[in-house]
Amino acid sequence: MSGLRILVCVKRVPAPGAQITLTPDARAVDARNLAFTTSPHEECAVEAALQLVEAHGGDITVLTVGPPEAEEQLRFSVSVGVQHAVLVSNDEMAAGDDPDPQATARTIADTVRTLEAEGDPFDVLLFGNESADSGGFQVGVRVARMLGIPIVNGIKGIDLADGVLTARREGDAGFEVYRMALPAAVGVKEGINLPRYPTLPGRLRSKKAEVRSIASTTEPGGLTMVRFATPTVELSETVLLGAGASAAAAVVDLLGELGLA
Amino acid sequence: MSDLPTAARVVVIGSGIVGNSVVAHLAELGWRDIVQFDKGPLPNPGGSTGHASNFIFPVDHNREMAALTLDSQRQYEAMGVNTTCGGIEIARKPERMEEFRRRMTSATAWGIDAELLTAAEVAKLVPFVNTDIVLGGFFTPSVSVVDSLRAGTIFRERAMELGALKTVAGVEVLDIEVENGRVQAVVTDQGRIAAEYVVVASGVWSPRIAAMAGATIPLTPAVHQMIDVGPIPELEATGNEIGFPIIRDMDTFCYERQTGGSMEVGSYAHRPIFHRADDIPSIKESRLSPTELPFTADDFDQQLEEALELMPDILSTAEMKYAINGLLSLTPDGFPLLGETAEVHNLWSAAAVWIKEGPGVGRMIAEWMTHGASEIDAHHSDITRFYRYARNDHHVRARCAEHYNKTYGIVHPREQWASERNIRCAPYHARTQALGAVYFQAGGWERPHWYESNAALVEHYGIEDRPHEWDARWWSPIMNAEHLAMREGVGMIDLAPFVVFDITGPGALDYLQHLTVNSCNVAVGRSVYTPLLDTRGGFRTDLTIMRLAEDAFRVVTGAFDGPRDAHWFRTHLPTDGSVTFADNTSAYATIGVWGPKARALVESLTPDDISDAALPYGSTAEVLIDSITVRLFRISYVGEHGWEVYVPSDNALAIWDRLWEAGQAFGVTAVGAGVYGTTGRLEKGYRLMGAELDGEYTPVEAGLARPKVKAADFIGKDAYLAARAAEPAAVLCTLTVEDHVSPRDGIARYMCGSEPILTLDGDRIVDGKGRVSVVTSAGTGPTVGKFLLLAYLPPEHAVVGADLLVRYMNEDYPVQVAVAGSRPLFDPDDARMKG
Repeated sequence: MSGLRILVCVKRVPAPGAQITLTPDARAVDARNLAFTTSPHEECAVEAALQLVEAHGGDITVLTVGPPEAEEQLRFSVSVGVQHAVLVSNDEMAAGDDPDPQATARTIADTVRTLEAEGDPFDVLLFGNESADSGGFQVGVRVARMLGIPIVNGIKGIDLADGVLTARREGDAGFEVYRMALPAAVGVKEGINLPRYPTLPGRLRSKKAEVRSIASTTEPGGLTMVRFATPTVELSETVLLGAGASAAAAVVDLLGELGLA
Repeated sequence: MSDLPTAARVVVIGSGIVGNSVVAHLAELGWRDIVQFDKGPLPNPGGSTGHASNFIFPVDHNREMAALTLDSQRQYEAMGVNTTCGGIEIARKPERMEEFRRRMTSATAWGIDAELLTAAEVAKLVPFVNTDIVLGGFFTPSVSVVDSLRAGTIFRERAMELGALKTVAGVEVLDIEVENGRVQAVVTDQGRIAAEYVVVASGVWSPRIAAMAGATIPLTPAVHQMIDVGPIPELEATGNEIGFPIIRDMDTFCYERQTGGSMEVGSYAHRPIFHRADDIPSIKESRLSPTELPFTADDFDQQLEEALELMPDILSTAEMKYAINGLLSLTPDGFPLLGETAEVHNLWSAAAVWIKEGPGVGRMIAEWMTHGASEIDAHHSDITRFYRYARNDHHVRARCAEHYNKTYGIVHPREQWASERNIRCAPYHARTQALGAVYFQAGGWERPHWYESNAALVEHYGIEDRPHEWDARWWSPIMNAEHLAMREGVGMIDLAPFVVFDITGPGALDYLQHLTVNSCNVAVGRSVYTPLLDTRGGFRTDLTIMRLAEDAFRVVTGAFDGPRDAHWFRTHLPTDGSVTFADNTSAYATIGVWGPKARALVESLTPDDISDAALPYGSTAEVLIDSITVRLFRISYVGEHGWEVYVPSDNALAIWDRLWEAGQAFGVTAVGAGVYGTTGRLEKGYRLMGAELDGEYTPVEAGLARPKVKAADFIGKDAYLAARAAEPAAVLCTLTVEDHVSPRDGIARYMCGSEPILTLDGDRIVDGKGRVSVVTSAGTGPTVGKFLLLAYLPPEHAVVGADLLVRYMNEDYPVQVAVAGSRPLFDPDDARMKG
């Protein structure tokens, strides 16, 4: 084997503060003062890919389906060490419409077939467990199903030896361990690693990197977004019971109220 | 239940470095019942203080800013939060090395140790600097980093220990109530709090807060980008927060500052990125804090390349862990916005202040609120310095966009703005334009500084050019030629920028007497030149007042101090309606007609008697020029016979034309402000507000004290009497430069102002009050044939004939005291003017 060929799928998402403000039509997040980032689980997927390639050799392609601005997230992946970047977009996405999980999965599967037809097949497909904004939990599973390869989700540990990928998932009672023959897909969960930051030369290199652009021709899926709603937030209040030893009585009272004394 | 009281003597809005410093200094000056709040949590409420780089480079060309910075550094040191690390400004370009020589000179002036370094010496102090691209450095050993959040906490604790302060976090201001132009209360989300004084120390939010009261604080929140790069083993090895001097890469407008094991790279090189106070996200909406906005990486890539080039060994492998578009405050002229707002009594601004001057500003504001003036003169920072055109968003943004990239730039002392020009033009502007006027801006006015149409006079008078580009920048030999032409014939000077206040009513005389040092109780048709003092006896302003009728006075002041003076006059108006104040600046244009042939020129145009007997020096009268009534005022700032001609604006073009046409027979010359403000003025030793005159000097020291003191009481009288009774600590002198040739390269050099005067041993001269002797004005005296400097000197040096040195661009030139006091060097008996 001349090295692994890994595909990581990432999504551009807003990076809001504690309170998310919507646009007046409630169909988008008001992003005037927001940055966009790579969905956190996927940042970990990129890092996992980098570590696999560092251990076993090979190269990484990062792919996103989204608006042209998602090029920023692709270049970020390049700045930390990814070799190839592919942006799949169309006019609807450029206008801000987020494709539904069905359409996204179909687009990714079609693109994988296109890329594989041009060269070697991918050994590993990495997804984030779910996106930070719409949180559909579907894309990775659908793509794997469409491509006929195995997938496990919620993964917080990946090892590779002798063509077998071992994935670890935290369960209530301990770890579940999965072994899959390649090619295989994994839905990665935050916590699997600590993603690296770009170096200065990395950032500068990423500016010059080629991002391949592919037009998406996929039909829309079955889900349509109507509008967002902001859930009522339960306001919590912090009460300072006191400082030092003088707070002891108040603490005892409180524990009593809570039935713990 | 809210913790917010319902009333306070002073409400301070903001718990950044400035608000915290203000409450401490107010408390220490005896103020009690101070309530301070902030919408964010303590100790870091989320404003610019919270993400500041916290370093202090004390050398500044401006005396006021240097004084505020040095005072702040002393305060940080006293609080134990000042870590001295040293700082090196590095040059990549030759002109920067020249700027460093200028900085050395400023360092000498303010008594700050500094040293010029070779590239190798830079590398000795900071070994990871790539010396291949460095020409040299300017090293200031006292550069420090401070803990501004800890300082804020200490400030608040000091005020609380005095029982003076209650601080409440998490309070949002909703409104500020104003009645009869005076602040009444602050309405918050936790209730209303009545207040006698309100201090807006709200950083980038200050314009929004002030607007609630109908006041303006002209600043814009602007992005300053910074990144944190690490870990870097060389930095981790120092084992402390900062072990290497801070590097300012001046020619790329960047700095590199160690923070523990990382390097912070900050920039003032990117495009100006401005926000609006109303649009800054709330604390909850912000991912980091409201003033740490998302980093726009594209704007920083150029700086990344330059930082890599400068420190390749340590920056190539470290990661960018933190990157922000940090918000800070920018103002149209780069100075802070301090003092009572122009619009609302007792609503004070303490805004647009950086960490390096925060504690000093707090002390300044507190002294000002307590005594009516501060120890460090606030002339440049006074928020009332802006005309109305300069107090809106359009102007603020235009000017800030122009100067943002000059933060580390090399700015000439005479440099003119490119933006916001042609805002105010004289009615005869087209005429001066046709004469090839080169305009400098004065109070927003386009004022001819010299006329290219007079270029032939340069050869006629044999005026030499200045050989060094820096000295010749924003200067022309034509000015000296215009000067000589005026002294020989007659000149017309555009004085449209004059600020004119008409003060009328039965209480006008008493009102003015209360403000002025010299008596305004002069005969109708006579005038008085007078200082106006602050309570400490320093200059608030100086100006001329004509008595037009028993109960009508016309005040004329300079373009640069118009709004400040207007604020002073308005603030002291009686409330009983006995005095009316009208700013008639736009209603009149003024044309100066001066020179030996001025009388013949004006007499040829008017049927009225303007003889010495009818209109002696210092008097004023209305006369006819054809059918147009103009006011002649027999006075001169250039030492020549003649008049200021006050003309209603609608007649001004006609009068300019008549004077100009009639003037042809007398060889009239259009003369620019270069003569009016510099060459003519300096030959006469006339003092200028903001240059020679400011709050730190008294009329006695400036040589402006008259033999007698008027009986009427006036602001600053006690201090004035005390100053008269004491020996002056300094005397304003006129000095002549005895040799202009640079010892370094043999080129004749010409000072620009603010250079230190030194003893022949090369020592700085400091007077008994701790004030340093620096050049307050510099310029040629074409008639006296010398280059002239004005400077305050302690009495032992203020001796005619005394030999001293002036340091310019880090080289010393011999100077001699020509005049000690106000006696003019040219025509000392004023025979030309009064005869």
